[in-house]
Amino acid sequence: MSYQLENSQRGEKYNTIFSKVTPAQRRNRNARSRWRARLLLGLYLVLMILPIYWLINMSLQTNSEILGSMTLWPQNLTFDNYIGIFTNPSWYMGYVNSMLYVAMNMLITICVALPAAYAFSRYTFIGDKHLFFWLLTNLMAPPAVFLLPYFQLYYSVGLFDTHIAVALAHCLFNIPLAIWILEGFMSSVPKEIDETAYIDGYSFPKFFIKIFIPMIRSGIGVTLFFLFMFSWVELLLARTLTATSAQPIGMIMTRTSTASGIDWGTLAAAGVLTIIPGILVVYFVRNHIAKGFALGRT
Amino acid sequence: MSLHLQNIDHIVGGVPHISGVDLALEPGSFNVLLGRTLAGKTTLMRLMAGLEPPTRGKVIMDGKDVTNVSVRKRNVSMVYQQFINYPSFTVYDNIASPLKLAKHPKKEIEKRVNEIAEMLHIEHLLHRFPQELSGGQQQRTAMGRALVKDADLILFDEPLVNLDYKLREELRDELRDLFKARNCIAVYATTEPNEALALGGNTAVLHEGKLLQYGPTEQVYREPDSRFSAEMFSEPPINIVPGKLGAGEITFDHKLHFPCDAKLQRLAPGEYDFGVRASHLTLKPQHADDLALEVHVDVAEISGSETFLHVHHERFPLVLHLAGIHQFNVNDPLTVYVPTHQLYAFDNQGHTVHIPTRKGVTAHG
Repeated sequence: MSYQLENSQRGEKYNTIFSKVTPAQRRNRNARSRWRARLLLGLYLVLMILPIYWLINMSLQTNSEILGSMTLWPQNLTFDNYIGIFTNPSWYMGYVNSMLYVAMNMLITICVALPAAYAFSRYTFIGDKHLFFWLLTNLMAPPAVFLLPYFQLYYSVGLFDTHIAVALAHCLFNIPLAIWILEGFMSSVPKEIDETAYIDGYSFPKFFIKIFIPMIRSGIGVTLFFLFMFSWVELLLARTLTATSAQPIGMIMTRTSTASGIDWGTLAAAGVLTIIPGILVVYFVRNHIAKGFALGRT
Repeated sequence: MSLHLQNIDHIVGGVPHISGVDLALEPGSFNVLLGRTLAGKTTLMRLMAGLEPPTRGKVIMDGKDVTNVSVRKRNVSMVYQQFINYPSFTVYDNIASPLKLAKHPKKEIEKRVNEIAEMLHIEHLLHRFPQELSGGQQQRTAMGRALVKDADLILFDEPLVNLDYKLREELRDELRDLFKARNCIAVYATTEPNEALALGGNTAVLHEGKLLQYGPTEQVYREPDSRFSAEMFSEPPINIVPGKLGAGEITFDHKLHFPCDAKLQRLAPGEYDFGVRASHLTLKPQHADDLALEVHVDVAEISGSETFLHVHHERFPLVLHLAGIHQFNVNDPLTVYVPTHQLYAFDNQGHTVHIPTRKGVTAHG
């Protein structure tokens, strides 16, 4: 920041010495370029937000208005779509189911990935690099490949249509992802800290929980964000492995399309509600997300 | 509390990092491990602490074999070159952590942490977090954590390297005082001969994983038992000139003949490497037996208030250590005087065969 400031100041000085442009002209030009930047950014924002605005707009309209004419904002504002979702258990249970298996999946994944990532970052053992790569290859396979075997397996062991089934299935992709992200964060913590803790007399579990985990807090936050995002939007596995009692919201939303037409208003309201948890999660990890994308390798 | 390393070998991935080190450290002694980078100082410390088991050999503490005892069960502490603290703890909690783990009463912990903090001049920072401190303060915190428990063995792995010059001198002086009152073995690794001399105590000279010499610091400095040891323990390194010892005279470079010291004549005639300390070479004749050498200036390095003058004779280079700041031009001809009674002699295996006598001191062996 300060570096940029310095540079721009230097630029200014350069301009005053060498250019024939008068200060008034330059101010003019600066103002123009600033406005151009604002306009472009504004346009970008509008384009980005437009579909979401349209979704919110639709969710507050009646079906007849949606289908009748194009309106830029609701003519007869109605919250019936939302009320419908919140009063009908078969609707709101979809959210509960989704949140349940997402939470389960995050818990399982982080519990498995933390020790695994620690092992990858701290120890060398035969085939460690190959194992690490093999874990990543799990992310490369399309989920559809695992669909049938999972369905068959879960059905035969009685896990079909339970929350844990979906949570476990999502681990296939989430655990490698979590290990990959956490390993980067852990490797940026010097090994000497571990040794100092042992010298001081910490046992391994105590060191891990009291010293190590606080050090990679932001890494864990970012990992949880990625886990949430993946598990929340994943539909293929979640839909196939459930029938009624653990059905995800994404599946329930397909119910709006019936023989008598599509219930656009409810569908839009459900869509809006689906976005909200994501926005909340992003809000909480917003300060760490850039570091998260660098995977801790700063 | 004594520590004895018995014939330690440490091999990592087929590469020997430590070979055949046998070292006994006295209770209450201050020991300096001196060696260049990759000499095995850190590895040796890790073996002493028990962070790694040696490939071969035994570590005996107080007569007990602790070779395979985990570091948690040994009463040691260590300060690293990097500033290692627990970032999520305050300075107070950092220093108190070994005591808390040892389940000392709260009152006592508080008292001892405050004592140590006062000694290290960080008592006003106790409530801060390590990231909010300067490098020197962070390293003091790390030292505080190492000193607060009554460890039998305290290891310092180049703790002052990452600090600035002034702070380094200050901390180094304090460090010596901190140990005076204690009855523990302190081991201090450094690459700088001057630091070893300033710290005193005993010095172990390491080179490529081997222990070259161990003894009281000054004795090791005065009487290096091998050429390597002499080279390691002098800054700038001791000048080595190959020469030939004949009847009553020494020949450098087949050309320079000069009569030699009576003591040197006891050696069998033959080829030797002669060593002369950089600080013993002068630009003005000091003694009657000085050998004048015509040389050319390569470069004059100014270090603090001293000048390291690199010159070359026809075949061999020399370094002079001069007090004060001097200016020389490259390739200037110059006469330097070599005090011939202050020559060390090393045989072709690198063993010391002659040590010059100091005034008023009789030479050993």
